[in-house]
Amino acid sequence: MNETMFGDLSGVREGLAKVEYLADDGIASVVFLAERLGKPVLIEGPAGTGKTELAKSVAAMSGARLIRLQCYEGLDEAKALYEWNYKKQLLRIQADRGVDAEHEDWVELQDDIFQDEFLLTRPLLEAISAQDKVVLLIDEVDRVEIETEALLLEILSDYQVSIPELGTIMASQIPLVFLTSNNTRELSEALKRRCLFLHIDYPDLEREKQIVLTKVAGISENLAEQIARVVRSIRQLELKKAPSVSETLDWARTLVLLGIENIDVEQAKETLHILLKYQSDIEKAAKELTVEA
Amino acid sequence: MLDLLSGFVGELRNAGLPVSLTENLDAMEAVKHIPIEDRDAFKYALAATLVKNEQHWRAFETVFEVYFSLRGPEYNVGDEEGNGEFDPDNLEEWMSQQMQGMGGRGGGQDMSPEEIAEMLFRALLNADEAMMAAMARAAVTQFAGMEPGRPVGGTYYLYRTLRNLDLDGMLDRLIEESSQRYDGEMTPLAERLEREEFENRIEQLKREIEAEIRRRLVADRGVEAMAKTLRKPLPEDVDFMHASREEMANIRKAIQPLTRKLAARLARKRKHKRRGPLDFRATVRRSLSYGGVPAEPRFRHPRPNKPELIVVADISGSVAAFARFTLHLVYALQNQFSKVRSFVFIDGIDEVTHMFQNEEDITNAVHRVNTEADVVWVDGHSDYGHAFGVFWENFGKDVNAKSTMMFLGDARNNYHSTNAWVLKECQKRARSVFWLNPEPRSYWDTGDSVITEYSTYTDGVFECRNLRQLEGFVDNLA
Ligand SMILES: Nc1ncnc2c1ncn2[C@@H]1O[C@H](COP(=O)(O)OP(=O)(O)O)[C@@H](O)[C@H]1O
Ligand SMILES: [Mg+2]
Repeated sequence: MNETMFGDLSGVREGLAKVEYLADDGIASVVFLAERLGKPVLIEGPAGTGKTELAKSVAAMSGARLIRLQCYEGLDEAKALYEWNYKKQLLRIQADRGVDAEHEDWVELQDDIFQDEFLLTRPLLEAISAQDKVVLLIDEVDRVEIETEALLLEILSDYQVSIPELGTIMASQIPLVFLTSNNTRELSEALKRRCLFLHIDYPDLEREKQIVLTKVAGISENLAEQIARVVRSIRQLELKKAPSVSETLDWARTLVLLGIENIDVEQAKETLHILLKYQSDIEKAAKELTVEA
Repeated sequence: MLDLLSGFVGELRNAGLPVSLTENLDAMEAVKHIPIEDRDAFKYALAATLVKNEQHWRAFETVFEVYFSLRGPEYNVGDEEGNGEFDPDNLEEWMSQQMQGMGGRGGGQDMSPEEIAEMLFRALLNADEAMMAAMARAAVTQFAGMEPGRPVGGTYYLYRTLRNLDLDGMLDRLIEESSQRYDGEMTPLAERLEREEFENRIEQLKREIEAEIRRRLVADRGVEAMAKTLRKPLPEDVDFMHASREEMANIRKAIQPLTRKLAARLARKRKHKRRGPLDFRATVRRSLSYGGVPAEPRFRHPRPNKPELIVVADISGSVAAFARFTLHLVYALQNQFSKVRSFVFIDGIDEVTHMFQNEEDITNAVHRVNTEADVVWVDGHSDYGHAFGVFWENFGKDVNAKSTMMFLGDARNNYHSTNAWVLKECQKRARSVFWLNPEPRSYWDTGDSVITEYSTYTDGVFECRNLRQLEGFVDNLA
């Protein structure tokens, strides 16, 4: 990869900020290196901390097309890479038979039905064969089985796909690839070795405040600061599930809608259910906020 | 630079991080793209290429601080030799040099404790990070009493510095000052948040002081020696039996995702055949829309099947430390499995499922188990045989083909009879039976350990002394 997408390191940060993604130094450095080294990035961290959003934002900032492979248990080659549209093929066979049953030539028919027109291109093949600039997002990779993970690794090592009936398709450019994981399963060492690793945790106070200011229309700096402080305070408790950035944003929007400018304990308690999902967490946080530190 | 990097990677390996050759090469390639003076970016580049596990971040950071603390903007130290490079033989002079560069004031030795305290107060109040860092340095110079070659650990210097700074008093002053800024109009919530903010800044200051002490120790003793002194086991290698409080807290945090994984593993095992058998009638019906071609085969749904877990855990004195961990494991498991029943035993056995249920606070649950569970039969010395016998008598009927059983203990039975037949019966009825043993494998079957008598009737006994082994157990279930 010779041409560089982002210029220098600060260019990454500024570019992301322009598409409303607030990166810290760690995030910016890894994105920068991914492009320079042509290596995929494996992003790991708690839910709702901006992993998926980062890939989308990198695509947006660099004017690349985002191709997304959403992983799930049971995802296989046919859904990730490509598959022959056998329904269509069968119908073609049927149709041919009907017209000219005696002169059926299997070889010809085979050539006929193994062509682009019968190929269902799935995200991985789409990214490999793309001629334009693309960002490939392989989202929640920890959900696939180990066999599919091996397939991903193969693609991310060679950037080529061979289709027995058609030949080998080679990438004309190495796309920027982001894999995200919620760490429900340990990924293979080989895949981790192949990737740059980025752990995205909850943002620190200042960055969370900036995210709120950027994403919530009509919010004051004062309120954003208070929100970030309360959220930080709540995250220090031992909870079943700490509030994520998306929940912080939901809460901020609610407070703005309610016309609140200074959060008091009562308002905080009444709206805690937006920030926290478990009843027990809500009760714990409510209790904690009431007692003076 | 290359030498430094390979020394650095060597030390990461010494600390237990699994750095491969390709990753090493990736790191060398990566740093070429980073401007040399950008120490943070340099650090992240190394981390992204060398550290692929969040749990290893702390170990990485420690090694990084040791290897690269002497280079960076703090000291205007570049990559070349000689320009302001640390001279270990001349620490005194070097330190006063550093002090002179600081904030335009004269040498740090000239500042009185009161002056340091006052400037620190201002810095903390205004979150002036540069000044906080400068004051951290001044405080170390003034209070730590560091002398070259003195064989004293960093904690000692830290203690001396912090004692002189009286940060608790500082916190009170900060809060008072800021509430005056608000004319005493602060709500209790605002006050609380303000306090937390100051506590945070003070924590940051402490880290700064620690880092400064470490830098000076590195300068005095050399990189390798310091790295060795600071080496600690990785979180996954910390022995449950000997974990410090902080390490235990870390272990506790790691258990949760592991149990999630365990639940997923057991569920996946059941669903091994993702598709049920071919549904012939549905396939034919479907084929009508393709002119009679069975273009879309239909399958029956596999039968859903909820995993059920039965945990039987030794909480006797010989495994007291392990039991602490065990109870946390049980608690976490109970959040992951729809049906978990938990039993604890010493020489008697008691069901404690209800103590974990609806208990949001793990400390309460553990407290209840320790005080309320009826686990002493005769003398409160382990008697696996008796405990298992009673278990079978009362609960054997509840073990069925859906149950996965987990026994946790060292199988040290004080030479009582083993009643191993109970496990045999369990194995006959249960889907699977596992045993986790907190003792090193080399101790098994020595003295009064009878682990083999039980292991015959299990699907495996696993040494489980640390997170790495627990994780290995979970991963191998598939
Ligand atoms: N650094 C950030 N800058 C801007 N928005 C962010 C940032 N981090 C998280 N968000 C917001 O949080 C939401 C959740 O992020 P998402 O990427 O879906 O989380 P996940 O880590 O689970 O993939 C996003 O829609 C985005 O609005
Ligand atoms: Mg996501």
